[in-house]
Amino acid sequence: MPIEVRLPTLLRPHADGAASVSATGATVGDVFADLTARYPGLSDQLVDESGSIHKFVNVYRNDDDVRYLDQLDTKVTDGDVVAILPAVAGG
Amino acid sequence: MGFASPTLRLTEDQYRTIVGHCYDGLPNEACGLLVGPVSNGEPSGAVSEARPCRNEAASALTYRVDGRDQIAAMRAAEARGDEIVGCWHSHTHTDAYPSPTDVEQATWYPEWVYVLVSLRDDEPVLRAYRIRDEVIAECRVVLDR
Repeated sequence: MPIEVRLPTLLRPHADGAASVSATGATVGDVFADLTARYPGLSDQLVDESGSIHKFVNVYRNDDDVRYLDQLDTKVTDGDVVAILPAVAGG
Repeated sequence: MGFASPTLRLTEDQYRTIVGHCYDGLPNEACGLLVGPVSNGEPSGAVSEARPCRNEAASALTYRVDGRDQIAAMRAAEARGDEIVGCWHSHTHTDAYPSPTDVEQATWYPEWVYVLVSLRDDEPVLRAYRIRDEVIAECRVVLDR
């Protein structure tokens, strides 16, 4: 079940420079597991020590922010696009 | 200084949108995104839209652009052939100068222009910066009438 994952510029070096990569899984968490198995450098950037989505990363399934869906349990199906965007934040 | 600092050009309406949104957000910080043209990977300084966003942090000390507003702004920018070229946020009780947290977070978007609005005094103060490799460079701001 291929899912397209779009990566922001600063994460691409962790994925051999690719702007988008294919991954498989039934949930966003599965997709991340597949992705980080192949590109271990992405792991710290996507999830924190507790296994949740990293605080300063936004993850979208077809433009819907998964934090307002089921976070890493958000379901994905063939043809979905998972986009990763660094949050815009500061103090 | 090792990088260019474009002149940020805002219309009076955009200026009012930004500053008004900052006052509307009190007592919390307010934030928004700037959409505009990019040439050779760098913002030209022109702004086609100033988009107010929700501050997901709902805090007087920090801000985080609501993720839903961020993707909506990105899609709106793409639809007009532009990109997100910067952001703004308010400092309710301090100078219009990037905080250490602002500098740290700017790592993700080094090409952007960062607008700070201080509401500390009776009159708002708006300033703009590039922040790259933890170096802060102020940009000239021009209001187009």
